[in-house]
Amino acid sequence: MKKTLAVAALMSVAVAGAAEARDQIRIVGSSTVFPFATAVAEEFGKTTSFKTPVIESTGSGGGLKLFCAGVGEQHPDITNASRRIKKSEVEKCAENGISEVTEVKVGYDGIVLSNSNAAPQLDLTKEQIFLALAKTVPSKDGKSLIDNPYSTWAEIDPSLPDVKIEVLGPPPTSGTRDAFTELVLEEACEEFPVIAALEETNKDQFKAVCAGVREDGGYVEAGENDNLIVQKLEANHDALGIFGFSFLDQNGDKLQGSLIGGVAPTFEAISAGDYPVSRSLYFYVKNAHVGTIPGIKEYLAEFTAEKAFGEEGYLADRGLIPMDAAEREAVRNAATNLSPLSM
Amino acid sequence: MTDMASLMEDRAAAKVISDNLRKPVDWDSPKIARNIKKRYAAERRFKMYGLVAIGIALLALCMLATSIGSKGYSAFYQTYVQLEVHFDPAVIDPDGTGDPAVIGRANFDGLIKQSLRDRFPDVTSRSDKRDLYGIVSGGASYDLRERVLENPSLIGQTRTIWLISGDDFDMLNKGYIDPTVAEGDRRLNDQEVSWYNELVEAGAVEKQFHTRFFTSGDSREPELAGIWGAAVGSFYTLLVTLALSFPIGVLAAVYLEEFAPKNRFTQIVEVNINNLAAVPSIVFGLLGLEVYLNVMHLPRSAPVVGGLTLALMTLPTIIIASRAAIKAVPPSIRQAALGLGASPVQTVTHHVLPLAMPGILTGTIIGMAQALGETAPLLMIGMVAFIVDIPGGALDPATVLPVQIYLWADSPERAFVEKTSAAIMVLLAFLVLMNGLAVYLRKKFERKW
Repeated sequence: MKKTLAVAALMSVAVAGAAEARDQIRIVGSSTVFPFATAVAEEFGKTTSFKTPVIESTGSGGGLKLFCAGVGEQHPDITNASRRIKKSEVEKCAENGISEVTEVKVGYDGIVLSNSNAAPQLDLTKEQIFLALAKTVPSKDGKSLIDNPYSTWAEIDPSLPDVKIEVLGPPPTSGTRDAFTELVLEEACEEFPVIAALEETNKDQFKAVCAGVREDGGYVEAGENDNLIVQKLEANHDALGIFGFSFLDQNGDKLQGSLIGGVAPTFEAISAGDYPVSRSLYFYVKNAHVGTIPGIKEYLAEFTAEKAFGEEGYLADRGLIPMDAAEREAVRNAATNLSPLSM
Repeated sequence: MTDMASLMEDRAAAKVISDNLRKPVDWDSPKIARNIKKRYAAERRFKMYGLVAIGIALLALCMLATSIGSKGYSAFYQTYVQLEVHFDPAVIDPDGTGDPAVIGRANFDGLIKQSLRDRFPDVTSRSDKRDLYGIVSGGASYDLRERVLENPSLIGQTRTIWLISGDDFDMLNKGYIDPTVAEGDRRLNDQEVSWYNELVEAGAVEKQFHTRFFTSGDSREPELAGIWGAAVGSFYTLLVTLALSFPIGVLAAVYLEEFAPKNRFTQIVEVNINNLAAVPSIVFGLLGLEVYLNVMHLPRSAPVVGGLTLALMTLPTIIIASRAAIKAVPPSIRQAALGLGASPVQTVTHHVLPLAMPGILTGTIIGMAQALGETAPLLMIGMVAFIVDIPGGALDPATVLPVQIYLWADSPERAFVEKTSAAIMVLLAFLVLMNGLAVYLRKKFERKW
């Protein structure tokens, strides 16, 4: 009897609670933006009278899907993304009544190819990385496409060390992997005439060759957890790992970033745009929720304040690469005025 | 003819056997001695296999415990830095109102920065000052504010106070950052290390027991992050799970064992329950997302939804364990009760259930322990989230212990490594506690025939 009462009480509380208005910002989206968004949320919760926003790490695509599901308090107010919103997603949003979305660019994130300090630092070009990691590569004479024959770095270029190619990186579901494919593999593959020729003749094969990563053990999918890759690199000095710059920043005593195109992944080089493998980070705000859910405007103000995403802000301490002053000013204005995104 | 022949053969065989039986066994013959020796050896070998199996299991447990323990024990201690703080009335309460609202808004962060500048007066450049402020955690100003609000007479005084240090300093003090490697390769530069050495020489650095780890919610600052928010979330989630799955599970088991007719329908139900017990938990998460969030519109990330989802997952476990326990009650008890005039319901509630209770409770607690360690279904209903506030009820957004472990394991800051291991220890402690409770209840209610 007591138990039935308890269940009934719980149920009624649950129903009553669902009817109550939400007074807390809800954020979903990218796991790359997650460490920055949570830092802002915590600061926001501490310094204002609003509740600390709840932030879920769902991945960029998953976040945008939830975000575009509709207007209303059961849907999230903001979604983080480690890539720009796609046209198809904007249309999906519009279909569900979300016509006005504000885009806020947060800053940049570098993707590094790194190995243990105990091993020699590598100086790679994008083409060399492609030859090491792609599933199909041009043959030595450059005339045909063959399955990747390279098993050591020295086979690709005699100047590179004679160690086995073993790269630990994220799985295809990850935004980091998407960006790495786009910024390194796809760019490099156009440099090979035999692949570039495919673009005209066979677009599907061209795409498959450019994004195809070898599955014979040279590239190891190490899961979404970057800390795990860091630990594996410490143990295995021959291996390289692919992950976000903030993890290299935190583990500088154990790891070193490989030079890509002659540029080392340093804070300054990424910020200046010299380091070739960096991407922009964004978040998107549902304008219809501003005013209904308290605190959204203030959250935007906190995120775009100089002390947060500025040159010396607390997000830079966490590994975010800030934009230059003029761009920050433009982003801040757009965020304050909630200027809707048009695509 | 063939029958005759086989009969003769049988007779002959029987004669051989009976002859052998009549012969007394020579226990001292070498053949018997060999045989006995062989049997003893086999016995000993079998025991050895068992011991080796237990040894391997214990070794694995020891390795797990030492690897987690050695990484995580340091998280229970936190580095504190001693500083002389002047509670400047001009900063805290310029008009001398004594109003807690005014004091609460004061810039305590500024007070700490001022005392750091006073401690190291030769630091002047802007970037050096930034490094200097990193010695003390950003959370120290909230401690200071609480201190002043509790005791307003501090205003105007100068006190020597232990302040919680920043995570990089904490890591240096705990030996996780090696100050001997090249300057560019570590989080702290030479100047910061020299400040640290100066403070250590002055006796102003100390490790204290880290109560905050057990009392606060999640944070992006490792030194401020605590396990309490997740523990409370786990508590509410399990409460909802228990409140739903225990009565439903026990009633289903009682009906199936004691009242249900044995027909095709009950057989199908039985098979399905056994199947459900083996369904991957993520499937229940998808079900929870669809039913509780999309149809019933319950709040996302709330323990009530997590509890409802996990209840679905634990139900089969409880039903199967309860049925086994009810089956183990001797039929004579039921017959005696019925014979003395008890109704079937009275027989069940007065006799069968109390006797089956130890088994039912053990099954329930094992199901609960399983639910306590579950993350996959919670991912779908939004409980894998960064939540700072400690949930005040089953409807507030919350996360649970295993999710907290997952989130910390994925954080870039070095100091979260030890927090992760410490959180695993807390989760294991809860599991040991729950299993201990199961053993205790079984011992307490157990009845032998």
